Amino acid sequence: MVANNSKRKGFRPLYLLLLIPYAAMMWVPSYNRIEPMIAGIPFFYWYQMLWIVLGAAVLLPIYFSEERGRDGQ
Amino acid sequence: MNSPALIIFVALFAFVTILGFFAARWRRGDLNLLSEWGLGGRRFGTVVTWFLLGGDLYTAYTFIAVPALLFGAGATGFFAVPYTILVYPLLFAVYPRLWSVAKAKGYVTAADFVRGRFGNGTLALAIAVTGIVATMPYIALQLVGMEVVIAGLGINMSPTIPGIGVVHDFPLLIAFTVLALYTYSSGLRAPALIAVVKDFLLYATVIAAVIVIPAELGGFAKIFAAADPKTLILAPATAANFGPQSAYATLALGSTFALFLYPHAVTGLLSSSSRHVVRRNAVALPAYSFALGLIALLGTMAVASGVRGMPQYAEGFKTFGNQFAVPALFLHSFPNWFVGIAFAAIAIGALVPAAIMSIACANLFTRNIYREYLNPNCSPKAEAQVAKIVSLVVKLGALFFIIGLPTQYAIQFQLLGGILIIQTAPAVLLGLYTNRLNPWALLLGWAAGMASGTWMAWTNAFKVSIYPLHILGVIVPCYAAVSSLVLNLAVSLVFSWLFNGILRTPPRDATAEADYA
Repeated sequence: MVANNSKRKGFRPLYLLLLIPYAAMMWVPSYNRIEPMIAGIPFFYWYQMLWIVLGAAVLLPIYFSEERGRDGQ
Repeated sequence: MNSPALIIFVALFAFVTILGFFAARWRRGDLNLLSEWGLGGRRFGTVVTWFLLGGDLYTAYTFIAVPALLFGAGATGFFAVPYTILVYPLLFAVYPRLWSVAKAKGYVTAADFVRGRFGNGTLALAIAVTGIVATMPYIALQLVGMEVVIAGLGINMSPTIPGIGVVHDFPLLIAFTVLALYTYSSGLRAPALIAVVKDFLLYATVIAAVIVIPAELGGFAKIFAAADPKTLILAPATAANFGPQSAYATLALGSTFALFLYPHAVTGLLSSSSRHVVRRNAVALPAYSFALGLIALLGTMAVASGVRGMPQYAEGFKTFGNQFAVPALFLHSFPNWFVGIAFAAIAIGALVPAAIMSIACANLFTRNIYREYLNPNCSPKAEAQVAKIVSLVVKLGALFFIIGLPTQYAIQFQLLGGILIIQTAPAVLLGLYTNRLNPWALLLGWAAGMASGTWMAWTNAFKVSIYPLHILGVIVPCYAAVSSLVLNLAVSLVFSWLFNGILRTPPRDATAEADYA
């Protein structure tokens, strides 16, 4: 817990990925519409549901890079 | 009476009660220590933490209230989806640091951390009291979730007990007494085990609901066609008024930052066995968000099903308003026996967060009020004993809240709770990265945020948490938690700069950078 500290300090640019879901969700006008529908579900609803998956996917590259860093020490 | 539903409901309830008492023996530890009783010994791995946090954050009340909002107000209610999307990047990036420092220093609450980081008992007290005040009405609301489904089963809420007379809310009394007893004896292990059962019931219900109900109603196209076209999406912004779109975005953003400041969320987080468990859960918990999104859509389905106008549900809607939408939809669409499973999922879904919230409040009171001010030299055993008793008192308080006061009060207080708890963000979240903030400045910022947030909610008679800001001649409706937090941050930063410049007192930080890794 203490030994790896010096290597893990500082800002890691990969973390900028985390801002993507914020940008997507805060920009409400980009998804506040009905068309195109999928299976009768308006865009507003299925697009945000899709972002649940994309939001989790964005975490994966950072997660794996952190895990790799952990093994290498 | 719906007898098969009732039998299944009662049987499942009895089963989790046994499980709750049995939990004391699970992963046995010394329950006379606060970190064992109140944090499960910090030993929960990835899977248990997933169940525990899922049960903790996606509460019964959420599953009743979010679809009720879509049922009544339309698209605005869907803000719960972006909210739960944005929570996990934050959890992933920031909260492993809290886990690490809490483990290194033996912290049990967020206020413990603030006490250590800034060396100021008054600021820690403010953080602890905010946590307790914000959580109490939240516990009360779990009772509302339970009340709605018990009424939906057709159980007489106020039966005549021989020798006593009419007892109001009798089933709630029973359920909460049982809950209080096994929380007392098993601590956090009880909700952790029960959460597993709850999840199986919940996912079964959600899967059945999205298969059965749209088919019965003729598909999603018909469901959305039945909704009011004006509320199907948010009203567009105009040049003079951003309208519901800025309200939607700020509701999602404010709720995101508030969530993991709540004591019950911190308790769930700190009970995990490593910072990697926290990270893995940030990736895996969105599965619940997907379930929440589907459950939210039940509100729209309830509109299309026409349950509102059916005479057999009139009584329920009269008593519970839109919150009866989901129970009515289930009663209308499911075979009777499955209603028992679905309602049990909701009622048991109320027990899990109610237990964790009362434990979290007990931890706060014991650590940051009792041991800090009342009995600094108490033994670890006495500390755990106080926490157990406080968890009972907290549940009693919640019970009186619901039985003694109109439900509306609990809902309004909970709305206010989000605005209050977010004011701990500068001390807790910025505190994870710097000790250069002055604790008195943080306290001033906290006070400014509390006052302005409460005032904004008060101007809406505590019914709505959206307050219209006037920015450069444009009206921007904004969640009061967000605007008051901005004020809080500004005050905290400016006065920190001022105080540090004048006083030049070195930070009294009990933690070291290595503790956060």
